[in-house]
Amino acid sequence: MRLIDHAKVVNNMKPRILKNIFFKGVFFAATMFGLLVLGILLYRILTQGIGYLDLQFLQSLPSRKPEMAGVKTALIGTIWLMVVVAPVSLLLGVGTAIYLEEYARKNQFTNFIQINISNLAGVPSIVFGLLGLTVFVRALALGTSVLAAGLTMSLLVLPIIIVASQEAIRSVPNDLRQASFGMGATKWQTILRVVMPAAIPGILTGGILALSRAIGETAPLVVLGLPLFLAFLPKSVFDMFTVLPMQIYNWTGRPQEEFHALAAAGIIVLLILLIFMNSIAVFIRNKFQKRY
Amino acid sequence: MRSARRASHLAMRMKGVLTLAIQNSPKSFSVQEMIAAKKQKKGPSSSIEKIVPFLLLLTAIVSVLTTLGIVFTLIVETFTFFGRIPLQEFLTAQKWYPFSETQGSYGILPLVSGTLKVTLIAAIVAVPIGLASAIFLSEYASDRTRRIIKPILEVLAGIPTIVYGFFALTFVTPILREIIPTLEIFNALSPGIVIGIMITPMIASLSEDSMSSVPNSMREGALALGSTKFEVSLKVVLPAAVSGVVASIVLAISRAIGETMIVAVAGGSTPNLNWDITSSIQTMTAYIVQVSQGDAGYGTTIYYSIYAVGFTLFVFTLIMNLLAQFIARRFREEY
Repeated sequence: MRLIDHAKVVNNMKPRILKNIFFKGVFFAATMFGLLVLGILLYRILTQGIGYLDLQFLQSLPSRKPEMAGVKTALIGTIWLMVVVAPVSLLLGVGTAIYLEEYARKNQFTNFIQINISNLAGVPSIVFGLLGLTVFVRALALGTSVLAAGLTMSLLVLPIIIVASQEAIRSVPNDLRQASFGMGATKWQTILRVVMPAAIPGILTGGILALSRAIGETAPLVVLGLPLFLAFLPKSVFDMFTVLPMQIYNWTGRPQEEFHALAAAGIIVLLILLIFMNSIAVFIRNKFQKRY
Repeated sequence: MRSARRASHLAMRMKGVLTLAIQNSPKSFSVQEMIAAKKQKKGPSSSIEKIVPFLLLLTAIVSVLTTLGIVFTLIVETFTFFGRIPLQEFLTAQKWYPFSETQGSYGILPLVSGTLKVTLIAAIVAVPIGLASAIFLSEYASDRTRRIIKPILEVLAGIPTIVYGFFALTFVTPILREIIPTLEIFNALSPGIVIGIMITPMIASLSEDSMSSVPNSMREGALALGSTKFEVSLKVVLPAAVSGVVASIVLAISRAIGETMIVAVAGGSTPNLNWDITSSIQTMTAYIVQVSQGDAGYGTTIYYSIYAVGFTLFVFTLIMNLLAQFIARRFREEY
């Protein structure tokens, strides 16, 4: 007696196998869609902006005439912003991460800080702009300065740095700490000389990713009231300034085609900056990351 | 008596050995003295040990203060706003005409409808594509393919939103206008689609994480019973990973609600309470941008209105984020 009816099995399996093949194709196409869009986006921006991209574009001040305009003030402004955001956000973020991972007891308060950080990460960036407008621009009377914008951006990227640093610190094995304690080191000596050197690649990677988020962000800066058009360079952190995304936004908002090409050229400069920073992050991760 | 003498004798001999050892070493020292000296020393290192945790606690408190600052700022300024405009008008009025001096109307509904239109379009684009990518990467793709494609998809998530805004206005809108001739230059459709593209990698990446964490034994069990890979993905892996998948979708929608530059560039600035996606709209975020760019003076009703709108936006996204956390925790299945 045959327990398996071969014809029936074939009849049953055939449509199911076909369905599997069909949906494999659908899923593959969906994945490729994302890559395709990325390709089109980069291709469009490159072809549109490459004509304006030259040394003169990097060295010129913004201008009403498209052929004279450049991104000098915006590029320098972006660098000023990084100079403020990097130390402030790293100091606060790494400090918080060390506290949460090494010192904090597992109690309600620690739990509250942790939940608070994950909620802060989900707050829209424009709301941070409103906070900065009230606290830094008006209450502390910093105006639309590099400092006010830098502090706002530091708070915005703080959750990213905290989470990345916490993961880096957590991945340092306990054996290292105990060996250090066994040699008579105090807790802070252990953190500073054993835990930190082991965790620094992870922290730096997270820090660079956070910094690239900060220089690509536009919305909070618009709310702070950064000028869309500025023809001079900041001399200190208390001066007015503008950044690349603001300059791109300004050019995008104009109806003429020439300004759209300028915006595309500005985007190329911004993307090159971001790619450069991300490659540093990848380089650090690959070169210094130790597996324990 | 005898044993005591032997003990002291032993101790003397031991001491002899010890002194011998110490004399032989270049520096003579006693461990007990060292410990005592160490305990008495109140040098810089011991005070650092006490100060450092306190300083670190202060940095940790900054993140709490930020949240409190956001909530406090929004509430205070929103209250000032409601001192001038009744709450009832804000919630129920059908028109948002803040710039008209004689007959200004502050009804949040048109801005909310603009935001919801864009978010809905984004979700319609992002959820199917994101889930399909996640299933492909987690169930069908080889390890090598996944390791190449996933980082590239994450590049999409790292592109600044102003770049997407430019892309929506100069590329997507013209193409859509070829297909739908009645489409206005500023509309809900184009920024909606582009926001969908922006949040797709978020859904794909987070869902893939939670689908990959479904143990292989479950897949193999289903395959052994004669299932195809498609059936395994849909009937075994997806239900097992549903908490993570749903949480990723909710988080992505929260991102879409708070997205600013894409709608500010390509969405327009005419708040209308309808479901028309081909005409110009204004979202809550785009309104805040419009006012910030103009010269609405400090202390005017328009100035305070951006805080009321910002507060509404904050409440929306907070609810979505808490919902995502709740789903991830409540419905998680541990294997």
